[in-house]
Amino acid sequence: MNAEAAVQVADLRVTAPGLTGGQVMVVDAVSFAIGRGEVAALIGESGSGKTTIALSLMGYARGGCRISAATLRVGGTDVLGLSRRALARFRGRHVCYIAQSAAAAFNPARRIMAQVIEGALIHGLMKREAAEAKAITLFRALQLPEPERIGSRFPHQVSGGQLQRLLAAMALITDPELLILDEPTTALDVTTQIEVLRAFKRVVRERRVTALYVSHDLAVVAQIADHIIVLRNGRMQEEAATARLLAAPAHEYTASLLAAAEPALRAAPAQTARPLLEIAGIVAGYGRPGNSGLPPVPVLHGIDLAIRPGSAFGVVGESGCGKSTLARVVAGLLPPARGMIRLEGETLAGAAASRTREQLRRIQIVFQMPDTALNPARTVARIIARPLVFYHGLSGAAARQRSAELLELVHLPPSLVARYPGELSGGQKQRVNLARALAAEPSLVLCDEVTSALDTVVGAAILDLLTELREKLGLSYLFISHDLATVRALCDEVMVLYAGRSVERGSRDTLLRRPLHPYSDLLLSSVPELRPGWLETAPSAPAGIGRVVGMLDGCPFFPRCGARISDLCAQEKPPLRHLAKGAEIACHRTEEQLLSLQPDTGAAKLLPLATASTS
Amino acid sequence: MNEAAPATHRRVRLGVHLSLAGLFGTIVVGGWILVALAAPALAQHGEAQIVSGTVFGPMSRRFPLGTDYLGRDVLSLILYGARYTIGLALAATALAALCGITLGTLAAASGGAFDGVLSRSMDTLISLPGLMFALVMVAALGASVPVLVGTAAVIYTPGAFRIARSVAVDINAMEFVLVARARGEKTHTIMIEEILPNMVLPVLTDFGLRFVFIVLLLSSLSFLGLGIQPPAADWGSLVRENIQGLGYGAPAVIMPAVAIATLTIGVNLMIDGFGGRRRRLFADER
Ligand SMILES: Nc1ncnc2c1ncn2[C@@H]1O[C@H](COP(=O)(O)OP(=O)(O)OP(=O)(O)O)[C@@H](O)[C@H]1O
Ligand code: SF4
Ligand SMILES: [Mg+2]
Repeated sequence: MNAEAAVQVADLRVTAPGLTGGQVMVVDAVSFAIGRGEVAALIGESGSGKTTIALSLMGYARGGCRISAATLRVGGTDVLGLSRRALARFRGRHVCYIAQSAAAAFNPARRIMAQVIEGALIHGLMKREAAEAKAITLFRALQLPEPERIGSRFPHQVSGGQLQRLLAAMALITDPELLILDEPTTALDVTTQIEVLRAFKRVVRERRVTALYVSHDLAVVAQIADHIIVLRNGRMQEEAATARLLAAPAHEYTASLLAAAEPALRAAPAQTARPLLEIAGIVAGYGRPGNSGLPPVPVLHGIDLAIRPGSAFGVVGESGCGKSTLARVVAGLLPPARGMIRLEGETLAGAAASRTREQLRRIQIVFQMPDTALNPARTVARIIARPLVFYHGLSGAAARQRSAELLELVHLPPSLVARYPGELSGGQKQRVNLARALAAEPSLVLCDEVTSALDTVVGAAILDLLTELREKLGLSYLFISHDLATVRALCDEVMVLYAGRSVERGSRDTLLRRPLHPYSDLLLSSVPELRPGWLETAPSAPAGIGRVVGMLDGCPFFPRCGARISDLCAQEKPPLRHLAKGAEIACHRTEEQLLSLQPDTGAAKLLPLATASTS
Repeated sequence: MNEAAPATHRRVRLGVHLSLAGLFGTIVVGGWILVALAAPALAQHGEAQIVSGTVFGPMSRRFPLGTDYLGRDVLSLILYGARYTIGLALAATALAALCGITLGTLAAASGGAFDGVLSRSMDTLISLPGLMFALVMVAALGASVPVLVGTAAVIYTPGAFRIARSVAVDINAMEFVLVARARGEKTHTIMIEEILPNMVLPVLTDFGLRFVFIVLLLSSLSFLGLGIQPPAADWGSLVRENIQGLGYGAPAVIMPAVAIATLTIGVNLMIDGFGGRRRRLFADER
């Protein structure tokens, strides 16, 4: 093993107490080394032991777990040999940890600067002034806006991407020997992710930080890591330099990860029947409506769409653009202020309480977070049985039989019925979630980010299941996601939502063809690609939340648009244009202008996928 | 598929981890409850039985905790007193919790104007000084067991309501409740099926705290002579009856006070032992 290495791990094992007594190996015989100034990546699905390994480098074992290793050295310190007090000094000083949710790591009531330099002060490394000066250098290195002043803000006054970078500054203030990044960009939008990744990469290179990057996303890891360690069920499958691993995966599991990173297109049945669901002119938002009947926090500003039976309609956009709000409106959870919703020609009431049971039955909703979408205090049997009783009056043996059929439909073993949601994996929960929706025998399923909380491989399996169910049961979907690749993989038609307005709408193939609406173009070209060096060529547009409060005259995308026409776009509502490719966009630029403005990145890179699907 | 087998270590374990202090608290409280249940069997003398000529007698082999101002056995009195102190407080706590949880959950699940009106009225009720309200009630209605239990329950319902409502509001915003709403479920079904089962832990913690407050309230009332009436005596009345013994350092006045202290501290330790363990070091551990 390399004597120079900053991190040396040999034969690391972590055991957890099993349910039936005895011990379960969570991490088994893992060995690796990270050289000084190198970035290594741990990649694998959730439950593969990534976080457990990362935590054991800090000498931290979760409740009841035990760590053992032949070698576990970080910067010359034998981590397992440290006493409790020495360990406390070691953490935060020599090893720092950046978690997925920066918001959870900051105290909302204290100013950012005080929290960033706290580590340096606690460990007595420097005086306050020196620490503040250093923090400002770090803010600058991390490309934060207003580096001198951002420290005086409170955490809620900066964006999610900025907070994530501030967390990095907090971690780097003590010049740790090892920086652990645990899925630091997973919760961010693709456009924000680019900025954060760039900042991380730059600071890591400039300061020669040794880092361990934990992620399930190969494309992200490809941008930043020198070498990659692939994990599965607590065991190492493969370790190789990034370029080599991507070009020639030695292990078949790595190959399957690579395949899942670029989802294949699911075939769509051609349908031309009249729409199953039609919505028109939907205006909706939160808060008690004012005199005008409009809500104080408007979110959706006039949305139209139609979903044909048996088809999947995709809605994409950044966080906060109103995607979930749209699903809530359709489900009757949020009555719209304006507009109409029609199911097979029947106009639906705005509130679920005023709809008939039959209307309710035909629209079911499946939510994003498998953890909160199932009642933790109820068994799977009871969760699935409820809609059976409610809509179909089934109970007893009939309900049990139907539940078993439903579980089979979503490819779950019948033995699962006795479990509580806490005893299921993320993918299993999402399947139970689907089974509950299917129990109603709906015609339309609203899928709100159903794969977003899952790993790529598990998410791909759920997409396959959705495709299969659509063919078998003739279901239609309103499929909502912030991930363009996922939406394209499943949906026949796609709507791109920005700040509660539809900016582009067309069949999924039109999203491959230029010209695109400038926002669609930005979204598309921000999806990380599986090739090292992509980050350097990726577009950089000022990140921003896709939400503009209040009505506005001009184009909502104006502040971030690379193609804007100064006064026109800011002041006048962009007209709808029908493009030759068959899509409809809202933009002042003409088709020809957009074509000449759009570089070959973005849309072009998705073309190989399209050819793959037709062949 | 890969997701088929959840790694066992990711399962939720419901096994309760009790700290040492929590264990101690549980033993103390459990002990007192047993004592209350078995008082007639444990006590050597009757409740109203004068067994000694000496008043405020010291600890002795015959009277392990001495004798009181009438020459009764203090140990027996404390054993019997446990029944009143614990029984009354338990009944009042249960009543307060029942009202508070039902109304709180209902308020959270209904929302809107109903929630507003209920929350306001509870706020009004909570602003009444508890002991004063109790004095007025007892003065007006007499110090019977139902009046005492009812009064204590009325005083502590708003607190239980607040806690229950805030827990229920959080649960109400969870996606599984939205799913039930979108399904068309009625408010009471949502309350009973979806919200209540998930409130057990925080509400139990609150139950314990409220029990302590009620023990102290009822003891104060007894100490003022407005609680349980003689010859029945709870620990608060025992302290009051024997207050003259304070001058002699008689165990008759000290021991009931010690009993109150051990019970309330025990409950506190027990709650901390249950509730305190549930925080996670990394909020977003996957
Ligand atoms: N209950 C609420 N009260 C007030 N504002 C809300 C409420 N729920 C959502 N919002 C706001 O409405 C806007 C749209 O939210 P919505 O949940 O529809 O976004 P989204 O596109 O689904 O985002 P994400 O991708 O993060 O799920 C956001 O700005 C959000 O802050
Ligand atoms: S209308 Fe103007 S600002 Fe909006 S997308 Fe088109 S060019 Fe950009
Ligand atoms: Mg959402």
